[in-house]
Amino acid sequence: MTETITPSQTVGPFFHYGLIRPGQTDIAPSQVPGQRIVVEGRVLDGDGQPVPDAMIEVWQADAEGRYAHPADPHGRGANSGFAGHGRAPTDTAGVWRVTTVKPGAVPHPKGGTQAPHLTLGVFARGLLLRLHTRLYFDDEAANATDPVLASIDADRRGTLIAKGDAAGGTAVYRLDIRLQGDGETVFFLA
Amino acid sequence: MTAAYPADALKAHPSNDYPAYNSTARRHPSRPLVPLAHTLSELTGPVYGHDDVTAAEADLTTRHAGEPLGERIIVAGRVLDEDGRPVPHTLVEIWQANAAGRYIHLNDQHPAPLDPNFTGAGRIVTDAEGRYRFVSIKPGAYPWRNHHNAWRPAHIHFSLFGPSFLTRLVTQMYFPGDPLFAFDPIFNSITDEKARARTVSAFDLDLTQPEWALGYRFDIVLRGRNATPVEDPHHD
Repeated sequence: MTETITPSQTVGPFFHYGLIRPGQTDIAPSQVPGQRIVVEGRVLDGDGQPVPDAMIEVWQADAEGRYAHPADPHGRGANSGFAGHGRAPTDTAGVWRVTTVKPGAVPHPKGGTQAPHLTLGVFARGLLLRLHTRLYFDDEAANATDPVLASIDADRRGTLIAKGDAAGGTAVYRLDIRLQGDGETVFFLA
Repeated sequence: MTAAYPADALKAHPSNDYPAYNSTARRHPSRPLVPLAHTLSELTGPVYGHDDVTAAEADLTTRHAGEPLGERIIVAGRVLDEDGRPVPHTLVEIWQANAAGRYIHLNDQHPAPLDPNFTGAGRIVTDAEGRYRFVSIKPGAYPWRNHHNAWRPAHIHFSLFGPSFLTRLVTQMYFPGDPLFAFDPIFNSITDEKARARTVSAFDLDLTQPEWALGYRFDIVLRGRNATPVEDPHHD
């Protein structure tokens, strides 16, 4: 007999002292191998205004494409000290930011691989249910053959692809999450 | 392809497009969600349990020098999946207002007193049978500006992970018989009556401790996997 699940409710505006802890924006401790990157962006509402009370959760594979999780057959070998999970609240300008290592390509169930990506959950006052999206990197050739990107209308794919900037040394990838309206981010039903 | 996590369960959730809750107006996606097959990225998820959660974090009444004001409560239950299987060793995080209906958060401007002996945040990892138990203070109702004379029913925020990215849940636990239910758009955004009832805890005399605290039972049901993997008949 299948039971009704407990439904979602909004995270509300006052989650910070319950969910945000020091160190959550630093996903990969310094000993974790891989290319160190900064990922940042704004969360914007349907008026293009910053959303200052959102929280982004990040889930990712390590630099070799392994998830630190028992469901990944290669996960046992995942880099020690790398949990692959981060949380970042937005600030008054709607900006969120994490530091991490760039993930490797991960397998796709129909064969082949998926281009390197972060899985993102978006929470905020006014969102009754978490939004689920992904962040890809603009300098990855594998984007061209990624099955998930291929499943999205070409004119909307760009909403998932962060633009890299290596001018300052450490590569910074930027992607705004637009909840509604022009350039609305692709959100998934999974 | 049959999804590892059946999509039927998602019907219990509210829609993000729910006009009675004003903050949704400019924040809900206007384009349809894009279907995503479940890959390793979705079937895995954050694993806690080797974390730094301490036993003291499950008692919100002993985090300061003195005892907080209010009605002491025990909130306990099990975390289960859709088939009634326990979800062991998963992180449960909670946060709440104090007995006067005031959050310690800087942005809470409700003119009710803060309690120097109450922060209102707790964590626990479920045991091998999916059980958890918090001790706290019953939170007060508080006003918000969604509409004229709008008050939120008393609630405790809950955050859970479960075994994958797809089982992640943030919700709110309510108290039985709250007279504010009928007027609260957040509670009523859950349109299915059975699903709405899932968010309401039950007073439990067995959980209640004589001369000490009232007990409320709150079982949480997370999305579940198919019991056995279903192979695509066209690819066998």
